[in-house]
Amino acid sequence: MVVKVYGPAYASPKRVIVCLIEKQIEFETAPVDLIKGEHRNPEYLKLQPFGALPVIQDGDFTLYESRAIIRYYAEKYRSQGTELLGKTIEERGLVEQWLEVEAHNYHPPIYEMTVQLLFASKLGLSVDEKLVKKSEEKLGKVLDVYEERLSKSNYLAGDFFSLADLSHLPFTQYLVGPMEKEYMIRDRKHVSAWWDDISNRPSWKKVLELY
Amino acid sequence: MATPVKVYGPPLSTAVCRVVACLLEKDVEFQLISLNMAKGDHKKPDFLKIQPFGQVPAFQDEKISLFESRAICRYVCENYPEKGNKGLFGTNPLAKASIDQWLEAEGQSFNPPSSALVFQLALAPRMNIKQDEGVIKQNEEKLAKVLDVYEKRLGESRFLAGDEFSLADLSHLPNAHYLVNATDRGEILTSRDNVGRWWGEISNRDSWKKVVDMQKQQHSP
Repeated sequence: MVVKVYGPAYASPKRVIVCLIEKQIEFETAPVDLIKGEHRNPEYLKLQPFGALPVIQDGDFTLYESRAIIRYYAEKYRSQGTELLGKTIEERGLVEQWLEVEAHNYHPPIYEMTVQLLFASKLGLSVDEKLVKKSEEKLGKVLDVYEERLSKSNYLAGDFFSLADLSHLPFTQYLVGPMEKEYMIRDRKHVSAWWDDISNRPSWKKVLELY
Repeated sequence: MATPVKVYGPPLSTAVCRVVACLLEKDVEFQLISLNMAKGDHKKPDFLKIQPFGQVPAFQDEKISLFESRAICRYVCENYPEKGNKGLFGTNPLAKASIDQWLEAEGQSFNPPSSALVFQLALAPRMNIKQDEGVIKQNEEKLAKVLDVYEKRLGESRFLAGDEFSLADLSHLPNAHYLVNATDRGEILTSRDNVGRWWGEISNRDSWKKVVDMQKQQHSP
């Protein structure tokens, strides 16, 4: 039985896919077209009642929220692939801490920028420049804290790659790529080195190659 | 006897209460070290050392210093599996996955609009900040859509992640409490049959009643 991941064209599903590749877990994907509104189809809403991406199916088991999915698989397949949760309860605590930082401090502003700069025009809406500027400033302040943190340790939770770093890959890829805001990463020496390291992992390169 | 763990932050903070409720459920002794945010305690260098974003709460035990309330709750559950409510974070991987799913739903879908409403309706007036009717309307609509999903779920399941009270339900207590008790928009929760029934159950837990008492003591002279 193979894990099925819905919506691979988009960022949050890629958070799940890169984790499955790191953990050497076989998977397949099913497309969902947001522009066509397929996430609001009744069949999709049966799987993910909030109409968000991704959702996974693993036999009879259905799970949504990408950060819940990656925690589940990182723990279930602890003994294979890359260790993504640290080695001790304390290291796991730090992984959880920085995963929450990504979810609540990093994600909101970068998500606003994504919607405005990459999706607004596709949805026939005008770009809210004020919101973009405000979000960029907020994100900059978060990156300043990351710069300080990453001057003391190679990765966010410590000197080991973890779910916390992995969780940043998809939307940061949008930031340095199609959003053309690479300067936000490059202007910060330690964030820049960290980004080069994590984005050059074979797992992430595979995701970009496939989707 | 183990040293009590330390929680830093004001008892009126929703995120601080999330952690305190969890510690009470898990029967883990703690010391609450309050901060005066009006005086900017949370932006002072000593505090920024343990919480570099200048947010509350922060947490310390003998082994570790942590921040982010939901991370602290997860750590407490993992570090004290045999204490208090043993099923708070599930007793098997599938149960835990469901709890994580609803914890994420709380964090990503319930928290943003409910926090905005709590700020606009309960806190802004106290801080002499003008309310933004546009923001209120937008977040009411957002929250209503989220609660429609909850209404359906809670018609099929006693609690969000399954038949037992879990960290996922607990995580909703602080914002929901303010909405129901400190704003005039509480009916957004209480007027929905299943959400109302669920709110009644979770807010009546001993642990939550203790948190509410602790908040009231903050106000007494």
